[in-house]
Amino acid sequence: MLKQMEGSRAVAEAVALCRPEVICAYPISPQTHIVEALGEFVKDGSLAPCEFINVESEFAAMSVAIGSSAAGARTYTATASQGLLFMAEAVYNASGLGLPIVMTVANRAIGAPINIWNDHTDALSQRDSGWLQIFAETNQEALDLHIQGFRLAEELSLPIMVCMDGFILTHAYERVDMPTQEQVDAYLPKYEPRQVLDPAEPVSIGAMVGPEAFMEVRYLAHAKQMEALKLIPAYAAEFKSVFGRDSGGLVHTYKADDAETMVVAMGSVLGTIKDTVDEMRAAGHKIGVLGITLFRPFPIAQVRAALQGAQRVVVLEKSLAVGLGGILATNVRMALSALPIDVYTVVAGIGGRPITMRSLHGLFRRAEQDDIDAVTFLDLNRAVVDKQLDRERAKRRSGPAAEAMLRDVGVVAAKLA
Amino acid sequence: MEAAVAEKRKLAAKDYKSDIKPIWCPGCGDYSVLNALTRALAELALRPEEVAVVSGIGCSSRIPAYTSVYGFHGVHGRALPVATGLKLARPELTVLVTSGDGDGFSIGGNHFLHACRRNVDITYIVMDNQVYGMTKGQASPTTAPDWEGSKLTPEGTGINPFQPLVVGLASGANFIARVSASDPINMAKIIVEAVRHPGFSLVQILSPCVTFRPEQQEWRDIVRTAVVDYTDDAARAARRLMTDDGFNVGKVLYKGSRPPFKPEFEVTDGSIAELEASFVI
Ligand SMILES: Cc1ncc(C[n+]2csc(CCOP(=O)(O)OP(=O)(O)O)c2C)c(N)n1
Ligand code: SF4
Ligand SMILES: [Mg+2]
Repeated sequence: MLKQMEGSRAVAEAVALCRPEVICAYPISPQTHIVEALGEFVKDGSLAPCEFINVESEFAAMSVAIGSSAAGARTYTATASQGLLFMAEAVYNASGLGLPIVMTVANRAIGAPINIWNDHTDALSQRDSGWLQIFAETNQEALDLHIQGFRLAEELSLPIMVCMDGFILTHAYERVDMPTQEQVDAYLPKYEPRQVLDPAEPVSIGAMVGPEAFMEVRYLAHAKQMEALKLIPAYAAEFKSVFGRDSGGLVHTYKADDAETMVVAMGSVLGTIKDTVDEMRAAGHKIGVLGITLFRPFPIAQVRAALQGAQRVVVLEKSLAVGLGGILATNVRMALSALPIDVYTVVAGIGGRPITMRSLHGLFRRAEQDDIDAVTFLDLNRAVVDKQLDRERAKRRSGPAAEAMLRDVGVVAAKLA
Repeated sequence: MEAAVAEKRKLAAKDYKSDIKPIWCPGCGDYSVLNALTRALAELALRPEEVAVVSGIGCSSRIPAYTSVYGFHGVHGRALPVATGLKLARPELTVLVTSGDGDGFSIGGNHFLHACRRNVDITYIVMDNQVYGMTKGQASPTTAPDWEGSKLTPEGTGINPFQPLVVGLASGANFIARVSASDPINMAKIIVEAVRHPGFSLVQILSPCVTFRPEQQEWRDIVRTAVVDYTDDAARAARRLMTDDGFNVGKVLYKGSRPPFKPEFEVTDGSIAELEASFVI
């Protein structure tokens, strides 16, 4: 049914249709609306049976999720930013134990400096944690990916993060097609855990494993993630047959056929990129787009296939590997190894800086001339950085950088703190 | 020396405020906590550079930016260990921690226990509004079990509220008091006492969140001045807390005499300039 609603609400309704039995959460912007809506459904009885637990921290949220998933309950949680970092030890634990928890990450920058706005540095910090990671482009996709997420996680017995851009998606009102309970029930079978703490058949979960088998147990997770590369297209196809629309999958190309320049990105910024590419195509530029939906496992073969015809690739990412450049770009480079294609890293939009079509037009046009740096920071105010570097050179005790730089750009520190 | 003392005395409460205007909601109890804190610092006649205020995350945790003393705005729940590190590295500083019931008792609850045990000479000011104000009104550990105002606790929390003073006393806090934000003069007086008392001092302030707990505006009428003065006997303090409903305010409950945890090294009596010189590489 078509409905106009907030992204968070859409995701909450989709999660509820998946019949989770335990939901645990600690509030953090911009995740809060999702879990508040789920709390409401539990209260009004529309989501039952379900235990909703308000916990004392994200570390507790993931730990409660581990306990309930180990006991065989379909389990959901959601977080963002600092919350994801705070629960990191339990995040690794959940995947190492093979527990199919579904978690929404409402992507938000991580501090310091404190920042509540959108980028992908939170989820990407957990890229090696063993969780499947999938990025939604629109609110429709966000809600669909949760339904597919439960199916995938439970089949593989691995946890999944469904990532959606904080505020840009979570707080945006858009039209979505909300499936019916019958459709979801037809697509998502009842949860049959692969391992469960059952008093009738006692087992212990969480063995200590030494060098004799540690690599094999970890390799198993890797092998399962590789299997996900096959399962996901199949599940997406099945999703289409039940729900009547394309959603999810590994990667998506746009106007890529004869493209000399290909732009690669994840999440909601793909919309802005496609609009820019439309205008550039109309002006005769041979430019196309590759949207990456699945980030872990990384679809190396599909990325390579989609990009190998291009002369250059511009990876536009809302993340920064400090001391290296890009995270997504590094992964894309791996997919293109031994091919004579220039790969540019463009760090854009971190901490919520708007990515405008105007900036993209300039960037893509310069990229077509191979006139951008290997690692480019879109719309970076270099003068502000230089000023701070000068200060640091001039004086040993130059004071906190963020406060000084805010003053330089004319914003009072605490307004943003 | 005398001239220096006289110089110190010149500072008024407003001198401890920064020029940044607080962005709390109009009527928030935290305004009067800021006023009391700055008044207390003036009363203590400390230079701004002799004081550090450390916080976590929350509406209450914004206080450092609104003061002119050293401020540290950390991550959610970690104010106490940050302050511990700070105090141990610079024992001559007067260190206060200002945060909320969420920051201090839920996500940072573990640190609260150990800060009380460790008994470092810091003053912990908790603005308790029984809610997470900053994330728009969810139940905190001190929220009554039947409060249904948040969708995250659809049926109320249904669980036992955290009792900061009881837990603080049991864990070894060396000074314990409860005050109401509706009485700024007395609040300032008790903050002064807390700072002066050696070791870990806990001051719970009933500071209403007028936006997400509007009913807390009634606190100013509900609170009553505690009838008895402080005791130095922990068992007696514990017995008093057993019959306490959370609204006995305005007096110190307990003053212990456990020696504070102190760093081993000698405090330099050199000037700041000499100290700075030793850092230059
Ligand atoms: C790790 C982490 N989790 C969650 C949050 C979101 N968050 C910010 S402040 C806050 C609660 C603050 O409550 P309290 O300490 O009582 O402060 P108040 O706003 O009520 O003064 C939460 C949950 C965060 N910043 N970091
Ligand atoms: S939300 Fe509540 S605690 Fe936060 S500033 Fe407003 S009144 Fe104060
Ligand atoms: Mg609070």
